[in-house]
Amino acid sequence: MTASRLSKGGRIDRAKTVRFTFDGRAYSGHPGDTLASALLANGVTLFGRSFKYHRPRGVFAAGSDEPNALVTVLSGEVREPNVRATELEIHDGLVTESQNRFPSLEHDVMAINQLAGPILSAGFYYKTFMGPAIGPLRSTRVWMFFEKFIRRAAGLGKAGIAADPDHYERMNAFCDVLVVGTGPAGLLAAEAAAETGAQVIIAEERPVAGGALLASAELIDGRNAAVWAREKAAALAGLPNVRFLTRTSVWGYYDGNVLTALEHVSDFKPNRTKGQARQRHWVIRTGKTILATGAFERPIVFPGNDCPGVMLADAVRRYAIEYGVAAGNNVTLFTNNDSAYEAARAMAQAGVNIVAIVDVRADISGACIEIASAAGAELVLGHAVTGTHAGKTLSSITVQHFNAQTGHVSGAAREIKTDCLGVSGGWSPAIHLASQAGGKPEWDEDLQAFLPPEANQNWVTAGSAAGYMDTVSVFSDGATKGTSSKTKPKLPAVDAPMFDASPAPVFEIEPAAKSQKAFVDFQHDVTADDIRLAYREGFHSVEHLKRYTTLGMATDQGKTSNIPGLAIMADVRGISIPEAGTTRFRPPFTPVSFGAIAGERYGDLRPHRLTPMHDWHLANSARTYEAGLWHRPMIYGSHGETVEQAYVREARAVRQSVGIVDVSTLGKIDIQGPDAAAFLDRVYTNMFSTLPVGKARYGLMLREDGIVYDDGTTWRLSETQFLMTTTTANAGNVMQHLEFYLDCVWPDLRVHLTSVTDVWAGTAVSGPKARAVLEACVTGTGVDNATLPFMGIVHGFIGDVPVMICRLSFSGELAYEVYCGAGFGTQVWEALLEAGKPFDIMPYGLEALGTLRIEKGHVTGAEIDGRTTAHDLHLDWMLSKKKPYIGSGMKDRAGLNDENRLSLVGLISLDNQSINGGSHIVSDAAPREPADSFGHVTAACYSPALGKYIALALVKHGTSMIGNRAYATDLLRGKHGAVEIVSHHMFDPEGSRMHG
Amino acid sequence: MIIKCPYCGPRDVIEFTYQGDATRQRPDPASTDQAAWNAYVYDRANPMGGHREFWLHSGGCRQHLVVTRDMATHVISSVGFARDAVASGKGGDRP
Repeated sequence: MTASRLSKGGRIDRAKTVRFTFDGRAYSGHPGDTLASALLANGVTLFGRSFKYHRPRGVFAAGSDEPNALVTVLSGEVREPNVRATELEIHDGLVTESQNRFPSLEHDVMAINQLAGPILSAGFYYKTFMGPAIGPLRSTRVWMFFEKFIRRAAGLGKAGIAADPDHYERMNAFCDVLVVGTGPAGLLAAEAAAETGAQVIIAEERPVAGGALLASAELIDGRNAAVWAREKAAALAGLPNVRFLTRTSVWGYYDGNVLTALEHVSDFKPNRTKGQARQRHWVIRTGKTILATGAFERPIVFPGNDCPGVMLADAVRRYAIEYGVAAGNNVTLFTNNDSAYEAARAMAQAGVNIVAIVDVRADISGACIEIASAAGAELVLGHAVTGTHAGKTLSSITVQHFNAQTGHVSGAAREIKTDCLGVSGGWSPAIHLASQAGGKPEWDEDLQAFLPPEANQNWVTAGSAAGYMDTVSVFSDGATKGTSSKTKPKLPAVDAPMFDASPAPVFEIEPAAKSQKAFVDFQHDVTADDIRLAYREGFHSVEHLKRYTTLGMATDQGKTSNIPGLAIMADVRGISIPEAGTTRFRPPFTPVSFGAIAGERYGDLRPHRLTPMHDWHLANSARTYEAGLWHRPMIYGSHGETVEQAYVREARAVRQSVGIVDVSTLGKIDIQGPDAAAFLDRVYTNMFSTLPVGKARYGLMLREDGIVYDDGTTWRLSETQFLMTTTTANAGNVMQHLEFYLDCVWPDLRVHLTSVTDVWAGTAVSGPKARAVLEACVTGTGVDNATLPFMGIVHGFIGDVPVMICRLSFSGELAYEVYCGAGFGTQVWEALLEAGKPFDIMPYGLEALGTLRIEKGHVTGAEIDGRTTAHDLHLDWMLSKKKPYIGSGMKDRAGLNDENRLSLVGLISLDNQSINGGSHIVSDAAPREPADSFGHVTAACYSPALGKYIALALVKHGTSMIGNRAYATDLLRGKHGAVEIVSHHMFDPEGSRMHG
Repeated sequence: MIIKCPYCGPRDVIEFTYQGDATRQRPDPASTDQAAWNAYVYDRANPMGGHREFWLHSGGCRQHLVVTRDMATHVISSVGFARDAVASGKGGDRP
């Protein structure tokens, strides 16, 4: 195969030069070239090594059906593997490399796998490594040992580990009609739809419109077909009700006429504008879909069919006409149908030298004979290709007499010198999207192909996707399908001779004596013999065949291999192809990057929730971390302080004097209505209807299954109004939980819920001097013990800002939560700090907050983990016996009261070492793996109050273990230390400090 | 999938939160019948064909809806407010 650029032709811009590299070598091409066409023009025919056998492979197709020519695109540290060279547009500075070769594409040591060919057949890995034990070897162990070597030897491109620096976008679009594909059918369908005034979106996966017309030798309305298509597309794109998307592959068809598409926005450009998306993910909701997706040419399977130089006939033609590239000096065609002659005519016009046309049919039409003779090609009728000769690329083929009725190969082999063989085994309508949409494809005996299934949503297929294979009937079908109007459309005139689209039913050439492998799925290295082996081993159904051999499961989804594979299986089973059936296509039609689907939900564009005091925190050296979408201060760091030093300093200040912490993130729900109290009695385990106005109560919620759901305080603001607080993480879920019960279970309750999380700014003031701080700044109300007792609520002012103050404590100290309108958050925060100056008031972050609560044994999300009961957490005292509530029906189940359950305890480190969260509790003094775990650490810290490293843990038989020694082990992070199990109330168990 | 919210109009499924089977019957709150609670909390039918289920329009009006959806084709045959359906005794077992 000696490919080269023809002296003229193609829609490339020959006046300009584009420079790029492939495997470190510099090449040049022209704007309009794909990597495949540009490399072919430079005489490069070896594109990669095959998946399993590391065989040399060249380019096989010219579009999204390419199985072989996958490359990795490099951009700095970023690698994008498995990009089809046939679709990759070249640009200045493009850096690409071939895949699955070591040390180089030319000299690949893994090619030795070819010698092991007979062993590496279908199911090899599983049979060898995952089967029953052989002798002393446990087979899974063998597999685990060999796996990394096998994985390295077999495969496609390597994924990179560098973060993807690109931007991606998502787009929702709505239209009356979506037209997929802009070949002759798509263009006329879109035109007809647009004329009705409908909103039309047209999606074309290639950079230019035209489809098959781009490589046609036909004249449309007297003009070059590609030019005609370009003008038609430009006219459509100019219409106000048409949105024309190129480089946009529609890859998924979902329920409700929702389709997904990937648009290449800028990744084909050498220089991207800053901020410009690389790709855009479209979700298109359409009234009607017209699938004008065309047809894929399929190969004929024959021995030696995978060497570089063997291509699809249509691909050879497209390189010649679209890119001005001759894929070989002496091209041969091998066909079972007339389309190859149309290709020959077009290629001959473009200046490609065609030496021979091998046709399995003994009789062909006069028109075909004429074309062959006009092209100067020898006609070899009633013959088939039975072998190839190639080093790194094709040098000759052998042909033998072939009976297309019996499939019998006979006679002497004859050698034909050729460096490029274009194969045509007929055409399969591209029914992928139609098949995704649902329904079973129907076999067409005439076309020897599956036609689209009956529509189950509002879609139609048009043109060759619907089985019309000549331009005249494709035009007619497209124009008709574009509108419901019965007026006979005016169609463009086509000069071309009519061909018979039906191929001879020949899918595989199987000579009696085979010396070469015949490949069906090039990308996964599945041969015809693998399919026969699968049959012999009992994998008869196409679904089993697919999974056992991996036929059609590669990144090309078997676009070229499905029908030949099915045909071979049907043949060995002695049934027809429709009886064998076909697998259902699944999204995506072509590979889609994760980045495009993630869109803006990744990186900087994610929403952030900031409290009203956020800027103050940052200005005062807070180190923040993310809690869900919230950003919360972790510590307020001083220079040179570690995190532990900072939180210990902050927590100590709270215990010794006073501190303040931003609690604005707590979920807050305003609950109003005559039945509000009754409602709370049902959702909380404890009683709220008895709560006096102006008081708050700690409440516990269970799920219906009896497991603890959430906790928080709820404040009674009036007879009919409550303010419920929830944990930060659970705010949205609790709101939804309450709404569900009001809407779906107790619609008779007159209660209204409003989320007010963002309405209030909250500051907790904690410490022995907390009251003194409030006394110094609060007006309009007293804050003394009588006026504001534990769990009392008062209204007053700080400066001129109205505030609501509730005396409650998470830290175990005398503490208050001060709520004000969110807009006044910073003002109140600063006023509290000012008032606290005489007491050395200190702001504290979440680490100190956590430390204070661990010392007190208060539970949070780490303990309310969806598995613990109220009993496990020693909260049984909150379970009312006077009324039913959510979860009361199931909380007494045996499993939830088993004595072996984990329950909450405290741990104190006996070796004065920190304890890791997540450590397992074991009884072994020495680190051992695996060890029997009887619990785990939920939260840990250094306790300044106790002067020790402490933790909370859930431990089996927790309470009765108190006083025992155990070990907290976390071997992954290299920790193993002795701990004493203690009560979870580690500090001030009597609660005297907060009641003071 | 598009759900026609009676309040907001036709909206994409991404705006909604699935809230489970609308045909189950919650036992009397004071009931101690473990079998009945077990059935309510855990037992779910997976019928081929029409099925009534709760959906919350979480990205919209935040109303719970009762949606009758064909489990095989996702075709939605009716949508109504859950409050109305439950209050009229239809939230539970029968369409």
